Amino acid sequence: MGENMNDWVATRDGFGQELVKIGKENEKIVVFSGDLEDATRAEYFKKEIPERFFNLGIAEQDVVGTAAGMSLVGYVAFASSFAVFMTNRAYDMIRLDLCYNDCNVKIVCSHAGVTVGEDGASAQCLEDFAIMRVLPNIKVICPVDTIEAAKATRWMASVHGPVYMRTSRAPLPILTKAEDDFVVGKANCLRPGHDVTLIACGLMVYESLQAAEILKKEGIDARVINMHTIKPLDEKTIVAAAKETGAIVSAEEHQMYGGLGSAVAEVLAQKHPVPLEMVAVKDQFGQSGTPQELLKFYHLKDVDIVEAARRAIKRKSK
Amino acid sequence: MPVRNADLKALHEQAVLFRREILETVHLAGSGHPGGSLSAVEIMIALYGYQLNHRPQEPLWPDRDRLIVSKGHCSPVTYVTLANYGYFPKAELKGFRKFGSILQGHVHVKVPGVEFNTGSLGHGLSVACGIALGAKMSKKSFNAYCLLGDGEIQEGSVWEAAMTAPHYHLDNLCAIVDYNKVQENGPVNEIKNLEPLADKWKCFGWQVIEVDGHQLPALLKAFDEFAAIDGKPTVIIAHTIKGKGVSFMEGKAGWHGKAPNAEQLKVALAELAVLGKDK
Repeated sequence: MGENMNDWVATRDGFGQELVKIGKENEKIVVFSGDLEDATRAEYFKKEIPERFFNLGIAEQDVVGTAAGMSLVGYVAFASSFAVFMTNRAYDMIRLDLCYNDCNVKIVCSHAGVTVGEDGASAQCLEDFAIMRVLPNIKVICPVDTIEAAKATRWMASVHGPVYMRTSRAPLPILTKAEDDFVVGKANCLRPGHDVTLIACGLMVYESLQAAEILKKEGIDARVINMHTIKPLDEKTIVAAAKETGAIVSAEEHQMYGGLGSAVAEVLAQKHPVPLEMVAVKDQFGQSGTPQELLKFYHLKDVDIVEAARRAIKRKSK
Repeated sequence: MPVRNADLKALHEQAVLFRREILETVHLAGSGHPGGSLSAVEIMIALYGYQLNHRPQEPLWPDRDRLIVSKGHCSPVTYVTLANYGYFPKAELKGFRKFGSILQGHVHVKVPGVEFNTGSLGHGLSVACGIALGAKMSKKSFNAYCLLGDGEIQEGSVWEAAMTAPHYHLDNLCAIVDYNKVQENGPVNEIKNLEPLADKWKCFGWQVIEVDGHQLPALLKAFDEFAAIDGKPTVIIAHTIKGKGVSFMEGKAGWHGKAPNAEQLKVALAELAVLGKDK
């Protein structure tokens, strides 16, 4: 699965392509950009449906506010930029305009995680899950591959209210099929197992599957869960994994504080405490480099997940 | 239809009544923002009494004009205006800022007639731009209005929107700046001067109209100029007095966000009674 990197596709592409399709089906879809539509792939929509595309310039606050206003008069507004500029720069607009007002605006941002690569830390958003999921009303999604990104895009256009979706700049392996179920708030188990559960999102699902292969050679049977929805979190699947495997590893391209790992910890601590090890960026900023160099440096590789799984299993009560 | 040759004496009395109700409402709540509410009374009467195409009995009528109250702390004047024009019973004003009331401290859509929750400054103009853009795309004839505070336009986000509106030729958008010259901690021109304010908006590509914001005929004439303009948005810079109508509040930053106590209310109402009818 996904061994041939030529078949890998960035999730931003799945988003951009599906956005065109739903835009052609629904004339109420409008798209706003903060002058990064080339990078976010919102430009596919711009090329096909220019009359419903608005590049509001380098003004993320205005992008979110204007999209909110447009949604008030019956439009389904998508707003797109780099994750760091939208979620950080326009945070108050996302909080008040979108969440507090429950506006029908979908924020879809590329360029999150260290796999942004050469641009360095200023563009590598590592806190979006944390600061988005803390807001009431919003839903937070990180698709595992381009197929899932397309499904999520179609889903968010069909429901009312604010949604945040993180897409990748880096190509990701195709791990799902068109006919697979994708239900927001319901995790997908990609590999059964009973010794430990690896709960991941985005690229880290692939790293977790690789880790499971390594663990298998050691006689460790690891379950792998694609937690594509960070909020609302699939607590049921997490609790079942805790009960059935007794140890959990979370893995994400995000700060260790406040992201998927923290969300999993909140569930475990309250519902069924078991050892949890978090694979995430450890309270640091990123830097320039290739995606693979950075994944290694920040300990976000399959081998790091393997180490974490060993630690988690060791901590299981006898 | 709007009565442009309004009975000025009746309008004056209406404004006095609004001011009395604003003070009573804030006094009862024990907190709130009287200064920037008293300054915007005539602006609100001009809008709801004459300019806005609206239906108080049908607040969500799809073709209504939309007003975004970007200076969300002027909830007292907003709620008093909406109650007076029949959006909800005046008795609700007694619940202002109290637990369980629809009348939240800053303007909120729970209140019939309110279009958007605000309270963090610098949000409303972008939202109004989006409404105006949506109206144009849908080929709808309603207009978008946005009430801005003067201190508020120190927020950079206002100027992002100020660039967007002329770029998209939003001639169905009218911003009104309640230029009362005073913000929370002092005079605007001492804290961060806005001048030359009209020139700033002109440079950004807006039709700019400066009026005495306490003179209804001047406000209505400005709205007529807004209706007449093609291809660009309009901003009405309404020169007003913070705390207008109450001698000890006028021009005083201290009354930006403070409720009058019983004694102060009595003095204020006595002043306003002299000007209008005593209830």
